[in-house]
Amino acid sequence: MLKDADRIFTNIYGIEDVGISGARARGDWDDTKALLDLGRDKIIATIKESGLRGRGGAGFSTGMKWSFMPKEVGERPHYLVINADEGEPGTCKDREIMRNDPHKLVEGALIASFAMQAHAAYCYVRGEFFRETEALQRAVDEAYANGLIGDNACGSGWKFDFYIHRGMGAYICGEESALIESLEGKKGQPRMKPPFPANVGVWGCPTTVNNVESIAVAPTILRRGAAWFAGIGRSNNTGTKLFNISGHVNKPCTVEETMGIPLKELVEKHAGGVRGGWDNLLAVIPGGASVPVLTKETCSTVLMDFDSLKEVRSGLGTAAVMVMDKSTDLPRAITRLSKFYKHESCGQCTPCREGTGWMWRMMERICDGKATADEVQLLEQVTYQVEGHTICALGDAAAWPIQGLLRNFRPLVEVRIAGQKPQQAAE
Amino acid sequence: MSATPKTFLFTAESEALAKAAIAKYPEGRQRSAVMPLLDIAQRQSGGWLPMPAIEYVALYLDMPAIRVLEVASFYTMYNLKPVGRHHVQVCTNLPCWLRGSDNIAHACKHELGVDFGETTADGQFTLSEVECLGACVNAPMMQIGDDYYEDLDKESTVNILKELRAGGQPMTGSHGGRYTCEPMGGLTSLNHQDDLRAEKVAARAGAKTTGGDDWC
Amino acid sequence: MPKLTIDGREIEVDPGLTILQACEQIGIEIPRFCYHERLSIAGNCRMCLVALERSPKPVASCAMPVADGMVVHTNTPAVHKMRKGVMEFLLINHPLDCPICDQGGECDLQDQAMGYGLDHSRYKENKRAVEDKRMGPLIKTIMTRCIHCTRCVRFTTEVAGITDMGMLGRGEHAEITSYLEKAVDSELSGNVIDLCPVGALTSKPYAFVARSWELKKTESIDVMDAVGSNIRVDTRGAEVLRVLPRLNDEINEEWISDKTRFACDGLKRQRLDMPYVRKDGKLQPATWPQAFAAIRERIGGLAGAKIAAIAGDQADCEAMVALKALMTGLGSTNIDCRQDGAKLGRGFRAGYIFNSGIAGIENADALLIVGSNPRWEAAVLNARILKRSLMGPFPIGLIGEVKDLSYSYQHLGTDPAALKKLLSGRSDFAKVLKAAQRPMLIIGQGALTRPDGAAVLSLAREVAEKFGIHVPAKSWNGFNVLHTAAARVGGLDLGFLPGDGGRDVAGILEGAGNGEIEAVYLLGADEIDISRLGKAFVIYQGHHGDKGAHRADVILPGAAYTEKNATYVNTEGRVQQTRLAAFPPGDAREDWTIIRALSDVLGKSIACHDLGSVRGMLVEANANFMRPEETMQATWGAFGTEGELSDVPFHSPIDNFYMTDPISRNSETMAECTQAFVAPKQGKTGTHG
Repeated sequence: MLKDADRIFTNIYGIEDVGISGARARGDWDDTKALLDLGRDKIIATIKESGLRGRGGAGFSTGMKWSFMPKEVGERPHYLVINADEGEPGTCKDREIMRNDPHKLVEGALIASFAMQAHAAYCYVRGEFFRETEALQRAVDEAYANGLIGDNACGSGWKFDFYIHRGMGAYICGEESALIESLEGKKGQPRMKPPFPANVGVWGCPTTVNNVESIAVAPTILRRGAAWFAGIGRSNNTGTKLFNISGHVNKPCTVEETMGIPLKELVEKHAGGVRGGWDNLLAVIPGGASVPVLTKETCSTVLMDFDSLKEVRSGLGTAAVMVMDKSTDLPRAITRLSKFYKHESCGQCTPCREGTGWMWRMMERICDGKATADEVQLLEQVTYQVEGHTICALGDAAAWPIQGLLRNFRPLVEVRIAGQKPQQAAE
Repeated sequence: MSATPKTFLFTAESEALAKAAIAKYPEGRQRSAVMPLLDIAQRQSGGWLPMPAIEYVALYLDMPAIRVLEVASFYTMYNLKPVGRHHVQVCTNLPCWLRGSDNIAHACKHELGVDFGETTADGQFTLSEVECLGACVNAPMMQIGDDYYEDLDKESTVNILKELRAGGQPMTGSHGGRYTCEPMGGLTSLNHQDDLRAEKVAARAGAKTTGGDDWC
Repeated sequence: MPKLTIDGREIEVDPGLTILQACEQIGIEIPRFCYHERLSIAGNCRMCLVALERSPKPVASCAMPVADGMVVHTNTPAVHKMRKGVMEFLLINHPLDCPICDQGGECDLQDQAMGYGLDHSRYKENKRAVEDKRMGPLIKTIMTRCIHCTRCVRFTTEVAGITDMGMLGRGEHAEITSYLEKAVDSELSGNVIDLCPVGALTSKPYAFVARSWELKKTESIDVMDAVGSNIRVDTRGAEVLRVLPRLNDEINEEWISDKTRFACDGLKRQRLDMPYVRKDGKLQPATWPQAFAAIRERIGGLAGAKIAAIAGDQADCEAMVALKALMTGLGSTNIDCRQDGAKLGRGFRAGYIFNSGIAGIENADALLIVGSNPRWEAAVLNARILKRSLMGPFPIGLIGEVKDLSYSYQHLGTDPAALKKLLSGRSDFAKVLKAAQRPMLIIGQGALTRPDGAAVLSLAREVAEKFGIHVPAKSWNGFNVLHTAAARVGGLDLGFLPGDGGRDVAGILEGAGNGEIEAVYLLGADEIDISRLGKAFVIYQGHHGDKGAHRADVILPGAAYTEKNATYVNTEGRVQQTRLAAFPPGDAREDWTIIRALSDVLGKSIACHDLGSVRGMLVEANANFMRPEETMQATWGAFGTEGELSDVPFHSPIDNFYMTDPISRNSETMAECTQAFVAPKQGKTGTHG
């Protein structure tokens, strides 16, 4: 278990003072100038060496991503865009950073922007997080008032502005190019790649889009060194991570833990265990709605990191753990996710626009006991017909939960075909 | 609920907010402010966007009206039809559903006497089913206006609606006896904060209603 | 140059090409719906997916730029399966109404479904139904058929320059619409019908009229304006059912204006299908010999100076050269092809054509428009100006009426004084022109048909010479006259102009009024002030019972542009030919044959007996006619005449885009467009709402 001394988010529950003095007492903004003085190359190298992988779900090396920005600033200014459009069902970690530990994000934004030679960061916060936006704005205002950001951020001579842009209700804007479109005042429809944002991003300028958590951990990594961060967890899956444990556990919560903590330990140590005991466990979706669901058997041994979960054909995603006990109507649960993806499809490209609705309707038929055995096969085919053929990853995200269900819990689906009574529904 | 107005103009207050929103974006990129401006217009119009407001924003930002309408019709937080004074939005996505959002939805429907997508006859409440609002460890939950109400059960849900109907401001955040997203009953990490936590939780329990947000 | 392998074939292509374009270069066809080479890339239909080695996912070939070393597969079972998958998605919510769909037979979706469709539907749910949208008198919508390719949205925004169309909502509820279901107010709107890959947007006037395979298709040239758009005329029997664009990158790319496309119903109404002779004040049907006899009787003995001829705006070159020969035979030099009195012609050809060519607009880097509303005078050419302005910085200055041209411009004034000021170099725009490498000037008939037209022309030439609009050394000539009449440049090239001592249109009308002119031959000339013809004997040769015919003493029924093999020269000076798509109605005849036959009756036989020999006369008159389809550099010289300038503002000759000639004036569709688009702007309320 992670020692308190190794925690980055030391006010994640908002129990202590959220404001600047509280933040300073916890070590934020402590000689940030010295961190900037390390210079761009050293900052990026440190983040690379720390092994930090993007906390938004894809798990791409953050340091590597920063290094993709043009080395020199040409006619087009550089931008950092922070993705706080947290909308993946099960996920509520960035919310806690923004409302309870926001100075980590603001300081991280300054450092990341400096490293990528951006004078401005735009933080795209989902619109429903109205109070969280207020909290973050308070932190930003405090940072300006204390000269930590602004024309001469932390006395470094670097001009840095932090702006908040509120989303207005579209899950797809969590996809980086859709987010950029939205930031430009358009519908959130993902762009074709190439060109990649590091070359042509917001307003046609070089842009890096990072998740809130990825940015917020950067100052601590720089303060404590790459080796410290890399020493936590296992190789290629380093550092600490915020986990959200929801669903059928006794004490749902958010907690910062070691990357690679066993799923069972995570659930039992922090979330009070599965409702009715571990043996009452049916399934876990370990990384937000889009990753395939795991059986209890797998859950008993799997480690919560990128590579371990990939090995069991699921994913760490956003590390949002949704626990389902034996009372769960699992096909119905996955159907709810299918409805979600149908609702959130932007409608731009064919397989997603047409496929998400089709998949959901087939899931409904299955749950209602109206489907034939052929349809289960058809459903599976359709998921593969969508996966990999869309402009962005929403199509994949819509396909995977169903694939996981059919791969790991096919009997629960087939029993519906036989016309048997549905299992006991959720409470 | 407001009838469709024939014209729309920013009030001085809205105008100031609009100017501040536009100032966030680089020169010549004022179009980026279309989302905040629509939000400002919506708040001014009582929670929805009548056509004149959309056209006003288009004119304000020198954008074709169809592009503004595209934006307004794409994002779910813009209401193109009138809504009640309190927009009750119940999350029914998986984490909330696992913890009983069906009960919450039922309680709302029963208490308000309307179904999802409907508005009460007195125009006080509109009830909507929404997708994940990102407070999953505090499920089940709902959003009313700008505030989240979390860790709900039937009883707390009904109480919240009753209090709103009576013109009060219910306690926002958790109704399950915790401060924010920590494990219920005691910390499993950052244990040095546990006493402070207990104090804060007790204070919340003591305060029947606390306007706005007390956790930040 | 990147080298890549496609289906085992190694090719080298230009950098910047997409995989799809590279495939096309070696004859590999990639199915697509949303991609269109003249629109921005959307990449949304996913039909063009191909497998790319070392890429984890298939890529949309329409959007993926080629790179060195790429290995692409377009014809593997996996690729075939992907296409089938996408096709199935497109079809699940597409209605099975092909039998009643006007797109049937020329539908991309139908065609591709032959290759990639399943023979049965695996979709058991109800299909989505979408409410139809109102888009005006030209575009019929059946939105349930829409596959969301967004070609129409991109076309209207990027080519037509109007931002009325968009996709509202999201996901499976996303719908294409025009803002508040307003009629799509663009002179180019009909092109979305061609662009729509399915039957969602079809032609309203053509609805349920015919199947594409029943039609005879004839490649021809449009004469509704002076652009000379390349068209295809679709006929069934003698009836022209529709007009479609034909590809010509130099002229119209693949667009045509709504007048070009939809005025064809005017070909069916008010047609002159037999000769008429006025007897006892009334026009009576006659035979050809009777009509010719009546002419011979009236002008047989007249002195040439008392006879005159005016050629109209759709007169073809063959008819004009024949009529000119006849008039010469009759001893008359009173001929003119400039109904509007434009002060053009004679002398240097560079002074009356669009020298840079229409495609040349794309090479210009600054533009001055004088006395023209190109959006209404040459809608397709106007789209080229918009295209250029979307390519990058392109300062445009306008002297004339303020109109919505679909692109932004700087308004420099309304009358010749603004041009004079510009010449003095004192204005900001003078600096813009000076700084430009290839500045362009477009001067319209609104500046040239005025009494001071020759002086304005001279001034414009000075501007061109001073600001590098014409630089022989750089072989750049951006001096461009924009005509509105299809017949005009041909008439000028042929010298259908007053000869020695001859009268121009104004002189002819004056002469007719005071009795000095006793006979006037109107070759499709309807745009003159007919009331000023006085007591003159009027011969009207043309195809419609329009203004000229009503005043005529003898009517000789001619052929409309779809009914003859005829030569026209467009505003660029490009010689092109129409083709006979349907025969002229009744006793009507191709125009030059009428004049030749009349010349025999009048004893002034013209030496031509077939189309070949009349075209020989054209070449004799002007060597340019030897080289159809081409444009040639024209000689520059001192055209225009210095003189006094008036302070009257320039005014475009076109007040209603939809009705400019006998055909469009007789088109019901154009009348509906006038009601929908023009009347509201002129503050008139139509009776039919």
